Amino acid sequence: MLANQIGYYSLILGLLFSFLLCGVSIRDFNNSNKRVNQNVYTLLFLQLTFVVVSFLSLILTFVNSDFSNETVFNNSHTTKPLFYKIAGTWGNHEGSLLLWLLVLTLFIFLFLVKSREQPKKYRILTLLFQQLIIIGFFLFVLMTSNPFNYLFPTPTEGLGLNPILQDPALAIHPPLLYLGYVGSSIIFSASLAAVTQDYISKEWGQHIKKWILISWIFLTIGIMLGSIWAYYELGWGGFWFWDPVENVSLMPWLTLTALLHCILVLERRTALTSWVVILSITTFTLSMCGTFLVRSGILNSVHTFANDPARGIFILIFLFILIFLSLGIFFLFHKENKKNLNNFFWLSKESAIMVNNWFMMYFLSVVLIGTVYPIFLDVISSEKISVGPPFYHKLIVPFLVPFLLFMALGPKLQWIKSKIEKKNSLIIFFIISVVLTFFILKNITTDFLFYTILISAAFFLFFTTLNELFLKKFINVSQVIAHFGFSLFILAILFNSILSSEIITNIKVGEKYNFNKSEIFFKKIEEKEESNFNSIIGHFRITDEKGKVVELKPEIRIYNQPEIITSEADIKTTLLEDKFLVMNIVKGDEYFNIRYQIKPFMLWIWVSVLLLSLGGLISLFKKKYEK
Amino acid sequence: MKNKYKSIILFLFFIFCFVVLYKGLDNPNIYSPNIKVEKKIPLFTAKDFNSNNYINSDIIFEENKYYIVNIWASWCVPCIKEHPLLMELSTNQSIKIIGLNYRDNLNNAKKFINEFGNPYTQILIDSDGTLAVEFGAYGVPETLIIDKHKKIIKKFVGPINGEIVQEIKSIIK
Repeated sequence: MLANQIGYYSLILGLLFSFLLCGVSIRDFNNSNKRVNQNVYTLLFLQLTFVVVSFLSLILTFVNSDFSNETVFNNSHTTKPLFYKIAGTWGNHEGSLLLWLLVLTLFIFLFLVKSREQPKKYRILTLLFQQLIIIGFFLFVLMTSNPFNYLFPTPTEGLGLNPILQDPALAIHPPLLYLGYVGSSIIFSASLAAVTQDYISKEWGQHIKKWILISWIFLTIGIMLGSIWAYYELGWGGFWFWDPVENVSLMPWLTLTALLHCILVLERRTALTSWVVILSITTFTLSMCGTFLVRSGILNSVHTFANDPARGIFILIFLFILIFLSLGIFFLFHKENKKNLNNFFWLSKESAIMVNNWFMMYFLSVVLIGTVYPIFLDVISSEKISVGPPFYHKLIVPFLVPFLLFMALGPKLQWIKSKIEKKNSLIIFFIISVVLTFFILKNITTDFLFYTILISAAFFLFFTTLNELFLKKFINVSQVIAHFGFSLFILAILFNSILSSEIITNIKVGEKYNFNKSEIFFKKIEEKEESNFNSIIGHFRITDEKGKVVELKPEIRIYNQPEIITSEADIKTTLLEDKFLVMNIVKGDEYFNIRYQIKPFMLWIWVSVLLLSLGGLISLFKKKYEK
Repeated sequence: MKNKYKSIILFLFFIFCFVVLYKGLDNPNIYSPNIKVEKKIPLFTAKDFNSNNYINSDIIFEENKYYIVNIWASWCVPCIKEHPLLMELSTNQSIKIIGLNYRDNLNNAKKFINEFGNPYTQILIDSDGTLAVEFGAYGVPETLIIDKHKKIIKKFVGPINGEIVQEIKSIIK
């Protein structure tokens, strides 16, 4: 009760501080003083404190199961374990927006503290743009999605959290993804401020790079966690479904990756400025757009918590205000470089980075069109279509071949002007890759030619980066690790999709099922009672063709609040493959439907994404930039 | 000059996007199934609500009669909303309404019937929700029309309203 009130009023106070901050910083902007006024720091700190207090009070109401709070009533239950009571705080629309606000205010505070050596006017403008976003979100939360709505009479029990969200990966996935999403807001504000101050320069590039890296790392890991969750919780054995919700997290990642590469040019000399500004704007706009698409209910998914048209309209208007504001600023203030530094010699690192940009833009347009085209078509011709994986695979996969080759060659080039060195070793690597692929694929696949080309390209990147890693040791280590991670990622995905196999059958206790010299034996079922669900655990013994035995125990959970049945897959992960078993109830029968999958190299998909992020992390902590 | 055109075109483009997305918000994204092929009702045995005996679907649905199957539950709030309309339909002698009690507590369901009235000629218990799946249901409530040849000819997802009642009446005439 009390926490509820405190949370609500802290939120209002936070909004008031936003207005105060705007006033104080505008006054400070015109002040000739070289330093940012101390009051700005104080106000910003107070704002952050109030948002933190508000967030903590929401957690407290969740922990106490205070059902007089509407959000708690809708998303919690007394029998839920403490961990999920806390995680439930951001497992719903209202709470997750409060988390957005928290990250927004936290980042601008850190930005101001960490940017003391930057020009004062630029810092204050960044603060103002960020406050604009913050005010928008405060109003959004208070007007349409107040997490502290009071219920009277107080219900005795809550409705419970959607069981498929009761999962450790899902408890940390939203905060990490948000750090990435919202981190891009700082890049957005800072680039707008820099454009108005005509400060897009080498120095700015070096300073903003850290923020880009931070968002990029969090976004990468956030997406990965979501994907891991989908892999073992949704029970289909896939890890990426090209669901609109996944796509909207991938789109900012693509622009952010392009931006990261552009900044490598900008931190050396003032070039590619338009690219940098437009990519900064697009990244944040796409993050906002993602929030709009999944929260307005215009798309249906696990993330669509409630269909409230008022929310959709609010974000839509806010989103377009930001788009028009940033475009206006860009066209009014941005001056294209007179010296025409964007004309690069064709064989240079700069042009390789431009090539990367164009690839990223291509991938982005494919994903963007696949995601929003159904909405547009529905509105214009009221025809309903759904765009599925084949569309993305057909349009993206073939272009991976040149992309991978460029990724191997690009980093070998020098800045400004160069020629390809060590041609021989590259040719040797190329031949090795093709031959190796040929022998690996010889007995396996149907679409031989296509996969040979694709996997050769991936192997080529793999070997060149591996070679780089061992020969040159600690030069460009972040880039090499990231690119190596990417080659591993593509290889893992390709081999996974080629070599995966699946058995679906109905089986009852005591039965054996034989296939390809392997055997599935359904030993017994065990029933268990937990506080928030009952579970049926199947004990299976699987003997594979080499005579190796694994025990797998998939589970069916029957949650009591809300009443939902979920299937928990049991997965045995080894270095080379995952064995994945999930079971389902067949109605009115002693039979269970089981789905057994062998998924090679699953582990390496996650490891490679971690390597990718590690590359970013090393770059973040390195004092000097790469050569 | 060139920049000016660029910005105007971009501006118009984004206005277009705004309008489309705004319109998109109004579009219901609830998927309403279009039955193209008329499907025969499934064969099943189910427990009767009142007698607790098992009955075969062949006995429930007779040839040459129209039936309405209504999937409902006492915990379902929209079901309460549509209930008066079902009561109104039940006064029509040529219509037989079969209730399918979906994943419900029997006592709550009985209270529901006592309180709001019983429009059903027969109620079947579907305690684990599988029977509803057999009928191809999307959720609760849902109303299906079954024709003289035991085929599902129409399906209404969600609570019925006055319009739908008129439609049902016109089909059954």
